Amino acid sequence: MTKNRFLLLVLFTALVSLLITVKVYAQDPAPTPASATVPSDNDVNLVAKKLYCPVCPNTPLDVCETQACKDWRAQIRDQLASGWTEQEVMDYFVKQYGERVLAEPERGGFTSLVWMLPLLIVALGLVFVGVVLKSWRASRLSRPLVQPEPQTGISKQILDKIEAEIRNMD
Amino acid sequence: MIPDIGLIALIIAFGLSVYATLLSVNGGMSKRLEWVASARNAIVALFSLLTISVLSVVYSLNALDFSQAYVADVSSRAMSPFLRITALWGGQQGSVLFWAWLMAGFVAVVVIRKWDADRELMPYVMFVAMLTTTFFVGVVVFITNPFTKMWLVPGAQDLVIAIFPPLNGQQYIPADGSGLNPLLRHFGMIGHPPTTYLGFTGFVIPFSFAIAALMKNDTSSDQWIRTVRRWTLVAWIFLSIGLILGGRWAYDVLGWGGFWGWDPVENAMLMPWLTGTAFLHSVMMTEKRGMLKKWNILLIILTYSLSLFGTFITRTGVIGSVHAFSKTALGPAFLIFISITFLGAMVLLMMRWNSLKAEHELESLFSREAAFVLQNMLFLAITIAVLWGTVFPLITELFTETKITVGPPYFKKVTGPMFLALITLMGITPMLAWRKQTLNKLLSRLAVPLAGASITAIAWALLNPKSPAISLFSIAMVAFVTLSILAEFWRGARIRMSTRGENPFTAFIKLVINNRRRFGGYIIHLGVVMIALGFIGDAFYKQETQGTLSAGKSLTIGEYSLRFDGLEGYMGSDGREIVEASTVLFKDGQQVKVLKPRRDYFVVQQQPVSIAGVYSTAGEDVYVLLVGWESISNQNTTFKIYVNPLINWVWIGGFVLALGVLIGTWSQARGRSEATYSLKNQPDEGAVVGTATAPGIGD
Repeated sequence: MTKNRFLLLVLFTALVSLLITVKVYAQDPAPTPASATVPSDNDVNLVAKKLYCPVCPNTPLDVCETQACKDWRAQIRDQLASGWTEQEVMDYFVKQYGERVLAEPERGGFTSLVWMLPLLIVALGLVFVGVVLKSWRASRLSRPLVQPEPQTGISKQILDKIEAEIRNMD
Repeated sequence: MIPDIGLIALIIAFGLSVYATLLSVNGGMSKRLEWVASARNAIVALFSLLTISVLSVVYSLNALDFSQAYVADVSSRAMSPFLRITALWGGQQGSVLFWAWLMAGFVAVVVIRKWDADRELMPYVMFVAMLTTTFFVGVVVFITNPFTKMWLVPGAQDLVIAIFPPLNGQQYIPADGSGLNPLLRHFGMIGHPPTTYLGFTGFVIPFSFAIAALMKNDTSSDQWIRTVRRWTLVAWIFLSIGLILGGRWAYDVLGWGGFWGWDPVENAMLMPWLTGTAFLHSVMMTEKRGMLKKWNILLIILTYSLSLFGTFITRTGVIGSVHAFSKTALGPAFLIFISITFLGAMVLLMMRWNSLKAEHELESLFSREAAFVLQNMLFLAITIAVLWGTVFPLITELFTETKITVGPPYFKKVTGPMFLALITLMGITPMLAWRKQTLNKLLSRLAVPLAGASITAIAWALLNPKSPAISLFSIAMVAFVTLSILAEFWRGARIRMSTRGENPFTAFIKLVINNRRRFGGYIIHLGVVMIALGFIGDAFYKQETQGTLSAGKSLTIGEYSLRFDGLEGYMGSDGREIVEASTVLFKDGQQVKVLKPRRDYFVVQQQPVSIAGVYSTAGEDVYVLLVGWESISNQNTTFKIYVNPLINWVWIGGFVLALGVLIGTWSQARGRSEATYSLKNQPDEGAVVGTATAPGIGD
């Protein structure tokens, strides 16, 4: 077996074992059990984390320290206690205070634009990279194969010597 | 008296900056050297005058001269002298003056240092830089003047803020000032604003050189691009340090257990950093291969425009609400200036498009050139995604009249995969040669790092069985980059050991010293993967819990438990009422640390600030917040505990990154101990074309 084949084999084995590990451990964290009768602080924060304080700029509801936010968290606790689901609580807050309370913008309507543009940019970017690289290749291939060295003043001999020295350095 | 001197100095400085702007470009076009020299003298003089102006504000802040509106706004008797001085950048007027002063300082350094080196270009560099400086000094003089006073006017409800007394106005001097925003009364506020501002303003120099080269149509010579790279590096390292100090400040002060919240102000700093980083890489393509010239100029224009945009966002609060925009003339003035800067620069770039032809073409898709183009695209795509998410609430408000929030989930989901792709490229690209690379050679170099990465990921998965797949891949890539960099160090050191018989330590040190630019670059990369490790910990492994305790009871999270012992209230310095909890942290039943999380209430500002109790190790932080209590008893005290794995690697990575830049840019003045070759026929450390393997930095 040549050295390169051996290396390829090592790489392949490593990758496969990585993929298997990933597969084995790639289960999502267990879903939280339906809350007991009295929701804990953690249950409340889990919902509040997905909401933004309706009054303070750029503050998630679970960490906001104003009295208003404490009251809102108490409200979430009451709602959870009376059996509301997370989605129902969030819908209620959106209805009351508008879409701005959602930490993650919705994926429908006008706000879907915020999600779409980055995808479009990456797609266009990849196309652009492809076109640029191709055009650079093309301009090289369209040139005559033998051409004068652009760096004048250095003779072929010296260049060869430099190249050889570089090779030795590496 | 002292404020008057500051004001007069400021006004003369404005006059001088207009003078220097006009004279430099006229002198350059008509080739009158004495005009250009006079403009230079004006620049040095205006910097000195602005220094006087800044010092006079600092003096007033420290002397508590409350006749000054700015002093009354941000300084107070309760503040320590140290905080009074940092109040220079604690409010709008002071920070814009500070900004203008730093920018003038950069320009002065350039005209003094670079006078002989770039003589042809210099008049135009001065023109562009002074145009911006004039704008900022103008804003300080006419819009946010720090030397205004307060006046009582009969009939008027509010105090009139003006320099000169209004009709029938009587000066109002309060007995005490309101003082600095409590959140800014933190150690991190010494370093974060000045470094950030140095970063933002520093980009004016590369921008000026690039625009000057376009104006002069002098893009064929490469001298300017080398100057530009060095100055970009200066601005970039300040911005990097500013970002990290800002993260540290947020972690210590904002009390939410995190260090990066994708807030508009944070994004405003991140964007020029991203494009600046892209430039520092793509400029190597220009230096080594004569490629990507237009792209480089575009990146400089973007970087500078984004730093202006960052200032615009931070100083006008426009993203918080559209209505903040027109409250003062600052918003419109900035927007017009940013538009003119950006559009003017772009038009100039278009006009010179054809003169910026590439000298080389691509030989193989399997080359470092191709990897660099891909990497640059990713940097720009992340920048656009961040910009889009940052301004999108504004766009929604304008078009649909609804307010929305674009919070961290958007930024994490959109930029996360792209950052991961960049880190992957960071491991592969240094292994790719310029021009072309044979697959076999690449594989042989990647084999060990990839195998090591797989083993790391497997071990990680066994230790953290609940890890999501993407986190395992991220950890694998961090290990891959680290190992591929270490392999480069090892390869280089081994050659020295065998050819020169040096011991491993000497070989390693000499390797780095003799290839500062290349290995400085590697060290920066190591710093970046360490920071990435902190982000991975934050994104995938953070735990939190909240609970209400009575004295003697405990709250458990993972292997830790926190016992609450009691509350204590007392008066602190700076006019704050402090409530402090005594708690003891146990790990696996063993006591590890006494923690005292507290809540400081600033009476005058009516603002609470949470100070966490933190147990910090290289592996993780336990971050305890005092969330609530009953004032009459010890019975119901609420705590929130975060376990933040790997977070300290962000700060360690910051140090390593700064160290890398220092090594990479360390002066080569003591002479070169070893010959290096460059096929582009210029003196350039590390430019071993064809075999050089590292994206290097500095000169």
